[in-house]
Amino acid sequence: MGERVGIEVSLAAAEAVKMANVDVVAAYPITPQTHIVEHLSELVADGELDAEFIPVESEHSAMSVCCGSSAVGARTFTCTSSQGLALMNEIVFIAPAMRLPIVMILANRSLSGPLSIWNDHTDVMSVRDCGWIQFFTENGQEAFDHVMFSFRVAENPAVSLPIMMNMDGFVLTHVIEPIEFWDQETVKQYLPDFEPVNRLHPDNPVTMGAFGLPGIFTEAKMAQDQALINSKAVILEAWKDMGDLVGRYYKPVETYHVEGAETVFLSMGSVGETVSLAVDQLRARGKPVGQVKLRLWRPFPFEEFREAVRGVKQMIVIDRAITYGGVGGPVASEIRSFLYLEENMPIITNFLCGLAGRDVTVEDYMAMFEKTEQMVKGKVRQEDYIIYGVRE
Amino acid sequence: MERFNVYASRLITKKEYFSPGHRACQGCAEALAVRLVAKALGQNVIVSSATGCMEIVSSPLPFTNWRVPWIHVAFENTSAVASGVEGGTKALIRKGKLPDKGTVFLGMGGDGATTDIGLQSLSGAFERGHNFLYVCYDNEAYMNTGIQRSSSTPFGAATTTSPAGKLKPGQVTWKKNMGEIAVAHNIPYVATACSSYPFDLIEKVKKAARIHGPAYVHVLSVCPTGWRIPPNKAIWIGRQAVETGVFPLYEVENGKYRITVDVPELKPVLDYLKPQGRFRHLTPELVDQIQERVTREYNQLKAKTAL
Ligand SMILES: Cc1ncc(C[n+]2csc(CCOP(=O)(O)OP(=O)(O)O)c2C)c(N)n1
Ligand code: SF4
Ligand SMILES: [Mg+2]
Repeated sequence: MGERVGIEVSLAAAEAVKMANVDVVAAYPITPQTHIVEHLSELVADGELDAEFIPVESEHSAMSVCCGSSAVGARTFTCTSSQGLALMNEIVFIAPAMRLPIVMILANRSLSGPLSIWNDHTDVMSVRDCGWIQFFTENGQEAFDHVMFSFRVAENPAVSLPIMMNMDGFVLTHVIEPIEFWDQETVKQYLPDFEPVNRLHPDNPVTMGAFGLPGIFTEAKMAQDQALINSKAVILEAWKDMGDLVGRYYKPVETYHVEGAETVFLSMGSVGETVSLAVDQLRARGKPVGQVKLRLWRPFPFEEFREAVRGVKQMIVIDRAITYGGVGGPVASEIRSFLYLEENMPIITNFLCGLAGRDVTVEDYMAMFEKTEQMVKGKVRQEDYIIYGVRE
Repeated sequence: MERFNVYASRLITKKEYFSPGHRACQGCAEALAVRLVAKALGQNVIVSSATGCMEIVSSPLPFTNWRVPWIHVAFENTSAVASGVEGGTKALIRKGKLPDKGTVFLGMGGDGATTDIGLQSLSGAFERGHNFLYVCYDNEAYMNTGIQRSSSTPFGAATTTSPAGKLKPGQVTWKKNMGEIAVAHNIPYVATACSSYPFDLIEKVKKAARIHGPAYVHVLSVCPTGWRIPPNKAIWIGRQAVETGVFPLYEVENGKYRITVDVPELKPVLDYLKPQGRFRHLTPELVDQIQERVTREYNQLKAKTAL
């Protein structure tokens, strides 16, 4: 096993990209993603990483370069945040349709306006339906481990889809954490070379990106949906193998104190650790409270999620993005519609919080629990969603 | 025998890399230009194409007219896609994962894809110095979406978004000089061409492909549908464009200008404008204005060749 180092999470992620022996990096700087690209360009400049670092003139071009390099069979990496993701949006939807296994770290940041560089999930939720594999990391170790995981899953010939690794901006990207690095031998065992299903090469001409007439479009989309759904088997296998190699077993849905829990919090990303502290305190007061953390967002882990919340009476869904004029935050509205057909559907309350870096503390989560109890007891009106912590 | 000073059609390969059976309109000289460029480059090429007529006529899933590797991602990003194709291949060769076959990387787009929406990504790729060739097929409007004006539409031309009306004589702006914009990037090779001059076109494309670094070829591509001319007049109209000086054929190699098809005495621009329905509404005053501009620009170009 590798050594344990104290390192900024962005740098650790970049080191992991280096260890994955990436061939092409194309990225455009945007806070809070910058440290990742800066470090990668240093590694290339120092000859520690043999890759083409393509300093594009925009994120739209970053994602376009990635399409081109992935199409010739080069292992390809990019990273961005909020406005960058918005600018590359058009191509983000095309990459999975072309089955190009690009790995992208999204250092989550709020979408303008007003302009903000701080963390929430409004960027990733804007591309919820883009067709990428999407998952969330909670701490530095997870981020490091999941770089290797991302290349392995995306490039698996049965998957061949791009993958988006979410990492909360600043609260995760910019903190220094003790991280256990893998040694190169472990990387080699875990991550095979990239052998593309098809590659652009004169010896075997292929046409990529043909247009779809109505007579074939639906079938193409159906195939794409199926590919994303089927990727779950490869994802589970990649997590299992990682556990066997480095001793950390990850799951699509993680649970904390759900045994006998009547109420569970549902969180995604780095807020999970604070929520766990609130759960500890509520448990200490004798409240049957637990926590469910959604790591895998696309493809949605239906069975695992159903299992994790079995028997739960109330669910407090934490959303870090707004759906203007809609029925609730993006996570809550999905969970509600998913569980609608289940027997004994739990009561779901939805708190939109932590927008653009607004701190959400242990006390805040406890207050959300109390509010939920009141709503359940009918003491206050149950609302579809509450934008939490608005200053009076 | 790479030079085509001997103009003999036998020297052009009979192989088709952009195969027959595509869905371009009759007499489409843009499709002809694409075919000639494909012949000039042969098998050892990877093509990145923008959205537009040439993409749509050649790639209806599950069919293709491309016998060489070809990728289309979107409208405005061809140069970035080509950058990735080139960069990715370069990395794989350097790392010993692919043999070096000297493959040519071609980016192609219409005038809209090149001079308007894709100008930023083209400029970025030029500036980064990718080893690629970009060919702009300029039919002087957004033809694929129904003949809307672009910044490459000439002054006075009627399009569906620059119609000739009571107040406006069609396009009121002058054609963007994309060749000069490419030259300003200090890239090693820039040329103009036209499918009415196939030998000149093929020679330039071959030369551009041999050059290391970015190269740019701007091809005037007559579009009978959008220019309102009969399909059988397409080649002839392209010749009028050159013989009147409206579209001079030249190349700029490492900053040195050379006119490749010399026209000792320019014909009047009316010879070019009159047969085209898109200029039908022009008054003699407007024709004079165009004539004045064409003569001046042609002389400016000649002056540059003397430098
Ligand atoms: C971002 C975006 N905007 C608009 C379009 C619609 N569109 C497709 S092709 C095209 C015009 C193409 O014009 P040009 O590049 O000159 O090629 P031509 O069809 O004339 O050969 C337009 C506007 C698009 N596909 N993508
Ligand atoms: S509209 Fe013009 S450019 Fe397009 S296929 Fe027809 S003739 Fe060719
Ligand atoms: Mg055009």
